[in-house]
Amino acid sequence: CQLFGYVGIEAVLDQMKIKTMKTGFEFNIMVVGQSGLGKSTMVNTLFKSKVSRKASQPGQEERIPKTVQLQSVTHVIEEKGVKMKLTVTDTPGFGDQINNENCWDPIIKYINEQYERYLREEILITRKRKIPDTRVHGCVYFVPPTGHWLRPLDLEFMRRLSKIVNVVPVIAKADTLTLEERAEFKQRIQEDLKTHAISVYPQEDFDQDPDDRALNDRIREKIPFAVVGADQEHQVNGKRVLGRKTKWGIIEVENPAHCEFPLLRDLLIRSHLQDLKDITHNVHYESYRVRRLNES
Amino acid sequence: QSDDLRNLSLSGHVGFDSLPDQLVNKSTSQGFCFNILCVGETGIGKSTLMDTLFNTKFESEPATHNEPGVRLKARSYELQESNVRLKLTIVDTVGFGDQINKDDSYKPIVEYIDAQFEAYLQEELKIKRSLFNYHDTRIHACLYFIAPTGHSLKSLDLVTMKKLDSKVNIIPIIAKADTIAKNELHKFKSKIMSELVSNGVQIYQFPTDEETVAEINATMSVHLPFAVVGSTEEVKIGNKMAKARQYPWGVVQVENENHCDFVKLREMLIRVNMEDLREQTHTRHYELYRRCKLEEMGFKDTDPDSKPFSLQETYEAKRNEFLGELQKKEDEMRQMFVMRVKEKEAELKEAEKDLHEKFDHLKRTHQEEKKKVEDKKKELEEELNNFQKKKAAAQLLQSQAQQAGSQQTKKDKDKK
Repeated sequence: CQLFGYVGIEAVLDQMKIKTMKTGFEFNIMVVGQSGLGKSTMVNTLFKSKVSRKASQPGQEERIPKTVQLQSVTHVIEEKGVKMKLTVTDTPGFGDQINNENCWDPIIKYINEQYERYLREEILITRKRKIPDTRVHGCVYFVPPTGHWLRPLDLEFMRRLSKIVNVVPVIAKADTLTLEERAEFKQRIQEDLKTHAISVYPQEDFDQDPDDRALNDRIREKIPFAVVGADQEHQVNGKRVLGRKTKWGIIEVENPAHCEFPLLRDLLIRSHLQDLKDITHNVHYESYRVRRLNES
Repeated sequence: QSDDLRNLSLSGHVGFDSLPDQLVNKSTSQGFCFNILCVGETGIGKSTLMDTLFNTKFESEPATHNEPGVRLKARSYELQESNVRLKLTIVDTVGFGDQINKDDSYKPIVEYIDAQFEAYLQEELKIKRSLFNYHDTRIHACLYFIAPTGHSLKSLDLVTMKKLDSKVNIIPIIAKADTIAKNELHKFKSKIMSELVSNGVQIYQFPTDEETVAEINATMSVHLPFAVVGSTEEVKIGNKMAKARQYPWGVVQVENENHCDFVKLREMLIRVNMEDLREQTHTRHYELYRRCKLEEMGFKDTDPDSKPFSLQETYEAKRNEFLGELQKKEDEMRQMFVMRVKEKEAELKEAEKDLHEKFDHLKRTHQEEKKKVEDKKKELEEELNNFQKKKAAAQLLQSQAQQAGSQQTKKDKDKK
């Protein structure tokens, strides 16, 4: 039907925005990787605050747990009126043992437990107005910067996890790779992922329309992002920047010429955060639900 | 797992302030659904008001007054304004208020609303479901058209609204408000509101908990029920064209707030509270329906021993019920099939009997005809015989006569 004049339907967009700002958002992210790859630093850099306590503080004994532990910390952060309840789940002990067989099991168990929790709330007769969402929306997997190929542990983990959660692989501590080494490493990783049919985020199957596909294709070309984390500021050219100071120079974390941290941040937070949540809810949670209901 | 909730301060711009935009962008690409139910007597101006509200012409012919009962007619339209796509469904109550006995008038309306909830519930309970692109047909707003009598609500109105108030967001409006004078209107509105309150009818409350909309919602609520006038015809007022109704004694301007409350209705329904109406429908009315329905089916959250029901049992029970229903339906169909077969058999036997009778009858007729023909044949033969005899006799006579004649001439000759 043709509208002959202004009705005011578009006001519904603002109405929605106001409502969502009032209820706030929840975001749950998991970081997986061997100890010492910079996971906690990365999370602190992403959210520009001391979200995670680093495992290696001066004066503290570093203890590698005997089995994979999962530790979740929740914070409330606010920016320009938008409130976010951020939960970061860390996985100390992953890949640190001599025998790492099935070290992914506690992680898979944790993810499924969150789905189970949500499902139980959803099938109640008297449900809560807003079901608390503890499901993992994104799992950032830290690949050590060997420069060669993905290790069997990486492949096993990503293969299993990408079926139940959005996996975002990153090359950790990328300041040990030159640009050429970085490009080659990425190439080999992409081939490896393709060979083993591991679909990482953003998954091709869930592109909604041609625009979406074009945008995500550009991202897929660059996965995995080569990142460097830093939580200290230094003076560069008269500006304060976040970076790592070394004898041979200062690696600026937010400089796209130095590392791809800005790309990771933009993907996870600025452009695809809602998409991560939607895919978790509409795809991963639904497949868990189907599996669970068919079990009985 | 530690779960302490602490507030953290950010040392720089992170960027998640774009979240509301991310969320809204998703919705714009999918489009919005909005469903309005118009309840009111035939001819009270429902279609015209919808045309006026949405500034368009929805196709419809005026309904007749001799419907045997109330039925609901739903029509869906796609509207687009800038980058917002709206799937609007308007449901009309055809024949409302026309019957002599209106006892059951509210029933089809309640059934329709429940049916939409049921459809959503069924989708939600499916094992393989797709809720995120489900076309939502649940009624988000019910505009109840009150006739401009100037006195009070009709009992039909009270009964109907009471039946609907726990199922849908009711916004009462006074239709054709240009028939009421200003001072009468004020008294009429107060009477209506007090009647609603004293009868415990829960109409939709415009939300006042959000600061941006609290003020406007509060000021608008005072004017309930909105006295509206609808018109799609334009009249020249001053140097502009405006939607209005032209009478010999003056022009009623639809968008003039001194003349009627149309602008207020549009503000409230569309520009300020559309999203809240959708949210209330989903989180309050639908949840209530769902809870009642599931309890009806025998599900409980905790059984008497206060042990929570396991998921399996819940679904097992539902599956058994479903299978039971299927079995019942199958039996019913089988019975009906058997009955039909019997009927058909009887019919065929009848037909067979008929045919036999016809055959016998024909045979008899045929025989009779045959006999008749034979008789006629015999007659004919007899006649023929007679004729032959006569002919033979005549010939004999003729030859005798000839002989006699020749004998005579011979005699004559001899005489000569």
